[in-house]
Parts: sequence; C-alpha cells; structure tokens
Amino acid sequence: MNFDLNTIWFILVGVLFTGYAMLDGFDLGIGALHLFTKKDEERRVLLNSIGPVWDGNEVWLVTGGGALFAAFPNVYATVFSGFYLAFYLLLAALIFRAVAIEFRSKQPMKWWRQMWDVSFSVGSILSSLLIGVALGNLACGIPIGADGEFAGTFLGLLRPYPLLVGVTTVALFMMHGAIYGVMKTEGALHDKLRRWAMNSIIFFVICATTTTMATLLYVPHITARVHENPWLFSLVLANMLSIANIPREFHRGKDWLAFLSSCAAMISLMALFAIDQYPNMVFSRPNPENSLTIYNSSSSPKTLGIMLIIAGIGVPIVIAYTICIYWIFRGKVKMDRMSY
Amino acid sequence: MEVLTLSRIQFAATISFHYIYPPLSIGLGVLLVIMEAAWLKTKNPIYHQMARFWTKVFALTFAIGVATGIVMEFEFGTNWATYSKFVGDVFGSALAAEGIFAFFLESGFLAVLLFGWDKVGRKMHFFSTCMVCLGAHFSAVWIVVANSWMQTPTGYHIVGEGLKARAEVTDFWQVVFNPSMLDRLFHTICGAWQAGAFLVISVSAWYVLKNKFANFARASLRISLTVALIASLLQLASGHHSAQGVGKNQPAKLAAFEGLYNTTSNAPLTAIGYVDEKNERVVGLQIPGMLSFLDHNDFHAAVTGLDAFAPQDRPPVAASFFFFHGMVTAGLATIGISALGCLFAWRRTLFQQRWLLWLLVFSVLGPQIANQFGWFAAEVGRQPWLVYGLMRTPEGLSKVVQANVVLTSLILFTFIYFLLFAVFIYLLNDKIQHGPHDDDLIPSGKLTLPDELTEHKKP
Ligand code: HDD
Ligand code: HEM
Ligand code: HEM
Repeated sequence: MNFDLNTIWFILVGVLFTGYAMLDGFDLGIGALHLFTKKDEERRVLLNSIGPVWDGNEVWLVTGGGALFAAFPNVYATVFSGFYLAFYLLLAALIFRAVAIEFRSKQPMKWWRQMWDVSFSVGSILSSLLIGVALGNLACGIPIGADGEFAGTFLGLLRPYPLLVGVTTVALFMMHGAIYGVMKTEGALHDKLRRWAMNSIIFFVICATTTTMATLLYVPHITARVHENPWLFSLVLANMLSIANIPREFHRGKDWLAFLSSCAAMISLMALFAIDQYPNMVFSRPNPENSLTIYNSSSSPKTLGIMLIIAGIGVPIVIAYTICIYWIFRGKVKMDRMSY
Repeated sequence: MEVLTLSRIQFAATISFHYIYPPLSIGLGVLLVIMEAAWLKTKNPIYHQMARFWTKVFALTFAIGVATGIVMEFEFGTNWATYSKFVGDVFGSALAAEGIFAFFLESGFLAVLLFGWDKVGRKMHFFSTCMVCLGAHFSAVWIVVANSWMQTPTGYHIVGEGLKARAEVTDFWQVVFNPSMLDRLFHTICGAWQAGAFLVISVSAWYVLKNKFANFARASLRISLTVALIASLLQLASGHHSAQGVGKNQPAKLAAFEGLYNTTSNAPLTAIGYVDEKNERVVGLQIPGMLSFLDHNDFHAAVTGLDAFAPQDRPPVAASFFFFHGMVTAGLATIGISALGCLFAWRRTLFQQRWLLWLLVFSVLGPQIANQFGWFAAEVGRQPWLVYGLMRTPEGLSKVVQANVVLTSLILFTFIYFLLFAVFIYLLNDKIQHGPHDDDLIPSGKLTLPDELTEHKKP
C-alpha cells in the first residue's frame, strides 16, 4: 500500500460514506422505529429530534456520490448502471422519507398523518436495507465483464449474503437511532426508547454474528486477506469491543458514550471492509482480473489533485459549522410552533 | 420505445421537475435576506412576520428541491454511464464541489433558519439566512459550470482511443470559466430571483384582492415588486448577452432558435411565428435586419444559417424555435408586468387596480414558463451533441441498461412526481389560506430585544 493520490481518494470516499452511515444512520434508525409508538405527540417528538439535522446528514451521501463520480468515474458509472433498478428503488425510498418528514404534521387529519408516518418508516427501512444490500454485493463481489461493465442481473443482486448484510444494516441503524433517541427525549418516550434500544442491540448482535460467520464461509477473498495479514485481527477485535461496549455504557446510563461506541463500531466495520477491498473498488467475481481498482477506474492525477485542494478547503469548514449546528440544537427536544 | 428515447424523456422529466423548486428557493432566499435585514434595521415587527411566513414556504419548496435533486445526482451514473466515464474527470469535480460548498452550507444553516428562531439571537439568525441564500446560489454556480462545460467545453484534452477515450482536465480554471459559463450563470440566477419574487407578488396581490392581512400584503408587495423589476430588467440584458454568446460559440443553435435556414446578411428577427420544417422556412411576423443587429450590433452583418452545417449536425429546429420564443415572450411579459406594478405602486394607486392585481396573481407562471422553456431551448439546441462537438447523445447511454427497466423507472417516477406536485400545491394553498400568524408580530425567545420584552410582557 503506498500513499498516492488514488489511495488518498479511496480513503476519502470511504470517509464520506462512513460519515453518512454515522449521521444519517441515526435518523434512518429513528424512521425504522417510528411506527412502534402509536401516540401522535411522541411521533412528533421523534421527528423533531432529527428535524434540524437530517437534511445535512443526507448531504454526506450526495457528496459521497459526487466524490465517487469525480475520483472514480468508472466505478460510479458501472455500479449505478449495473444496480439500476435497486438504485431507483433507493431513490424512491429516500424521496418518500424526506418529504414525509416535511409534510406529516402540516395537516391534522388522521389518514394524512398515518399515510406519511408509513412512508417515513417504510422509506427509512427500505433505504437502510438497500444500502446494506449494495454493500453486501460489493463485499462478496459482482460479475464484471472484460469491458468493465456489470454482467449480472437485478435478481442476481438479491443473493442471500447481501440480503443478510442488508438486514444487519437495518438492525445497526435501528440501534444507532434508538440510542440517539434516548439522548434526545424525556419521560415516557425516553423509557420506551431505552427498551427498544436494548432490543435492537440484541437484534444487531445476532445479525452481526450471523454476518461474520457467513463472511467466513462464503466470502473467501476477505477471509484470505485476514489470513495474510494477521494484524487485521486487531481491527476485528476493536470492532467487537466497541459493539460490546454499547450495552455496557448504556447500562451505566452513559448514553452519550454508547452512541460514540456505536459510531466506533461503524468506523471499524467500514475500515475492515475498505482494507479487505483495497485496492479494488468493485471486486469482480467470478473473474477477478476484471475488478475495478483504484488505478484502472480513477480520474487523472491532475483531477485527483484539484479535488484534494477542493476537499482540503471545503471539508474543514463543513465540519466546523456542522459541529456548531449540533451544538445549537443540543439537549432534549422542545416543541415550539416552528416544529414539525 | 428504445433506451435512448426513454432515457432522454426520463432525464428531461426529472430535471424539469427538479427545476421548478430550486429557482423558488434561490429567489425566496434573497427575499428572506432582504426582509430580515429590514427587520434588523427598522425593528418593525411586520418584517419579522414576513420572514416567518415566507420561511415556511421556503421550507416547503426546499424539501421537494432536495428530494428531487438526489435523483439528478445519480442519474448520470444510472442512465448515462458511458457519458459519465467519458467526462467524469471534468464533470465530476463540479458535482463534488457542489456538494462540499453548496449543499452542506445550505442544509446546515437551514436548520437554524427554520428551527432556530427561539434558540439564537437576531444577528445569528440573520447570518444563517444569508448563508442559506449563499448556499443556494452556490448550487446554481457549480451546476451551471458543469452544464456549460457540456455546451462549450474548454480546458481539457482527449486521452485514449475508441471505447477508452475520455476527456481529462488540462486547466481547471478554463473548465470553470468556459466561454458560456458567466452568461448562463447570470441568466439562470436572474431567472431564479424572478421566480421567487413573482411568487411573493402573486400571493400578496391575492391577499390584497381578498382584503386579508392588508399590512402584511402591502409590505410584501413593495419589496417583491422592486426585486422583480430589477431582476427582469437585468434578465433582458443578460439574455441578449447570452444570445450573442450562443451566436459565437454555437452558431447552429442560434440559427435553430431563429429558424434561420440560410446564411443571410440583414437577417430578420421573428416576433411571432412558427417554423415550417418541411419547406425550411419561418412563417410569421418578422423584423428585417434585427437578428443581424442583435447578434453583431450591425443591421447588415451576415448571420450563419443552418445551411453551414451538415444535416446530421443540426438541432431540431421547430422545437428550439418554439421554446426560445416562448421564453423570450414570457420574459418580456415579466418585465411589462413588474414595470406596471411598480409604476402604479409609485403613484400609490396600485391597490385600486383590481385588473392589475389579478394579473399579478397569475404572473407567478411567467418566470416558471421562461425558466423551463429556457432550459429546453438551451438543451434541445445543443442536440445532436451531448458534449458539444465531442460526444453525440446516443453515444453517452449506459450499455447494460435495457429499455424495460428504464420504462419501469420512468413510470415509477412519473407517478411519484405527480403525487409530489399535487401535495405541494395542496400544502402551498393551505399555507396561503392560513396566511401569516399574528403571534409572529411579537418575536419570541432570544430574538426579543430587551426593550420589547418589557413592552409586551407588561400587563
Ligand atoms: C425567468 C427566467 C428567464 C427569462 C425571463 C429569460 N430567460 Fe433566457 N434562459 C433562462 C431563463 C430565462 C434559463 C432557464 O435560466 C436558461 C436555460 C439555460 C441557461 O443558462 O439559462 C435560459 C437560456 C437562454 C439562452 C440560451 C443560452 C444557452 O444556450 O446556453 C438565451 C439565448 C436566452 N436565454 C435569452 C433570453 C432572452 C433574450 C430573454 C428576454 C427577455 C430571456 N432569455 C428571458
Ligand atoms: C442535473 C443537474 C442537477 C443535479 C445533479 C442536482 C443535484 C441536486 C441534489 C443532489 C440536491 C439535494 C441536495 C441536498 O440534499 O441538500 C439538489 C438541490 C438543489 N439544487 Fe439541484 N441539481 C441539478 C440541477 C440544478 C439546477 C439547474 C439548479 C439551479 C440553477 C439547482 C439548484 C439546486 C438548489 C438551490 C438545491 C437546494 C434545494 C432547493 O433549494 O430546492 N440544481 N440538487
Ligand atoms: C434544470 C433545468 C434543465 C432542464 C429543464 C433540462 C432539460 C433537458 C432536456 C429537455 C433534455 C433532453 C434534450 C433532448 O433530448 O433534446 C436534457 C438532456 C440532458 N441534460 Fe438537461 N436540463 C436541465 C439542466 C441540466 C443540467 C444542469 C445538466 C448538467 C449538469 C444537464 C445535462 C443534461 C444531460 C446529460 C442530458 C442528456 C443527454 C441529452 O439528451 O442531451 N441538464 N435536459
């Protein structure tokens, strides 16, 4: 591994998508839990807990997509055209979810609120699932032709392993969202969320264990990578420790640390995934020689350099004011007349 | 239908729908900044009430703008994969820059604009409004850079051959400041200001007609009419400059705009008319020499006609002509309407002119039509090229995507967008019927100034 521009951009794209998972993850999770409470007031509190931030969180995905287009256009083109229907489903889910947040509380009618509640929740679950399925497919490899184009079918993407990764992602985001919700609410809703958080932690641990075993059994190239580089076990260990730390902190009432542990779990998972892939962006199975790597699918060094300058100027500013905004909206949700 | 036709219909439908909303957000953003600035300066609570009300409308247009924008971000990859590979080196940077510099800024500070009224002080709130407005303008900047590069590519070279050929950046600033970029950016932004201003005009005029929220409506009308007149006049100048740019950089497009089949000196401008494609002529009312004058500032200069281009390099003439003339007509109408409005407002008789107020109510459609037709003219006139002179439209398609899947997504999204549009109109109408909130005349939370606190809290 050498630190050339391609590698740096491989890392940066990874950072953007990890940021997306950590941030939008909790509001997708809140969406997945939304229908569990039947009370209108509580649903409104849940919506307002993510109200000021969900849009900014989604920009991580948009920017990740833009960065992928700019840095690795062949990956962007092959994956998006290859996963065509899956992506349009994801887009539809994201659309319904986004407008539901905005529209739901604008009218008092019961059917109206019910309709948008369902589209918020189903949209959130479906988005998490599809993101996971896409990730699962990239992890176990997809058929790529000699021309660098996707050579599979839509149904071929719905194999058991990617579906399992999809369900695990839903569980992960649910857990993440429940912990976030616990931090943002008070009273009866707070207690409910605490119970849901415990349940979703259990759900996630079961999924994660199953996925790990399935990976060992069915994704030989990842296992091989870990065998060659035993130090990777430290990442696996870090991942397991951070997951184990979530219920621990949670029991001690340190919700904030539980949330950070959940973030740490995501970071170590993504890091593990990225290192297993490197230098492939899209691993081709059954013909590994057709894989899209960070070298055969990247933009020119000149563009990668320009983009690095753009990111170097932009990203620190973005992080600075994102922190300010989370700071302004810290603390428990308080409803006022601008609320959803 | 084949993949090409379906993909083009889908791209046109999704981007046209997206483009209903961003201009409203950009324009309303400017008006919000003006309203809040007026409030900060005069401390007159009516401006606070205005800012609050229009913020809610802004939130609505923004939400749909965001939801439909995400589709655009990925549609290049899904439907135009070969194109994406060909231009990724150049075009991708602009999209990524848009994310980093524009969307983050806009969505971040939007939180404070919408939900921060009681949480931050006046200055901070005003600052956030400015940042949201700036962010919205930045998105226009980067996307117009990207699109203008497709119209007039510079600052690149072609590397590789055949299927592996692609455009690579040689000079970043030449890519950004490509020959048509500044003209088109300025023109797009003026169009957005018009869209926002005329929305405010339309709603306020309706309140005046219905005798509701009188003070609020009159104050809103004054601000929005001024902005509309300025933007409309600037738009005329900018459109003229754009047209000269098109004449220089894309002469086939200009010829199609005016249906000019043969290169002529003393070329006429058609005021009203249509193109008879079969007999290659324009039927209608023409002003002799005017096109030569507009294009070259000289009534006798020769203007290149379509005959200078091989048939396979010509854009569809009738459509280009129609959309271009539709835009110009709508544009001239916006100038006329805003000028009349300002004139009567200046003579202090605007609120008695019911006919004019009704005209103002419907004027909201003017900029929307002009904006849509403007893009259609620009994009159809660019045909048969996807990247001007470099790549033809059919060459950019995804190779692995079949017609039936495109048809599926097209039907799905047509359905979703009709639904969204209906809900948007329904909620907008609802907001308008409810009108501004009387509570908003009294700023709350941290926005209250110490002296106001004592004034209102006094029993
Ligand atoms: C409210 C919106 C609006 C109004 C009033 C006008 N336009 Fe426009 N026009 C646009 C909104 C627009 C646009 C949507 O912003 C376009 C599409 C692409 C672009 O850059 O701007 C455009 C494109 C566009 C182009 C094509 C540029 C290109 O091909 O790249 C020309 C030549 C003009 N316009 C000229 C005019 C003239 C002479 C107008 C006279 C009043 C005018 N426009 C009014
Ligand atoms: C194919 C071209 C386009 C793409 C790929 C695109 C992409 C996007 C995306 C991804 C978003 C959502 C950002 C978020 O989540 O906050 C968005 C919103 C937005 N876009 Fe577009 N867009 C396109 C065309 C345009 C054009 C032509 C303009 C204006 C000139 C524009 C201006 C905006 C603005 C101002 C927003 C913020 C939302 C709003 O104000 O309604 N976009 N766009
Ligand atoms: C926002 C207003 C826009 C509208 C209303 C619009 C409209 C259209 C239309 C009607 C077409 C089909 C043209 C034809 O097939 O004859 C088209 C194609 C296309 N446009 Fe635009 N467009 C807009 C903005 C953009 C932007 C901002 C970009 C790039 C950043 C862009 C890139 C493309 C591409 C790649 C195609 C597909 C290839 C083609 O058919 O030419 N468009 N657009």
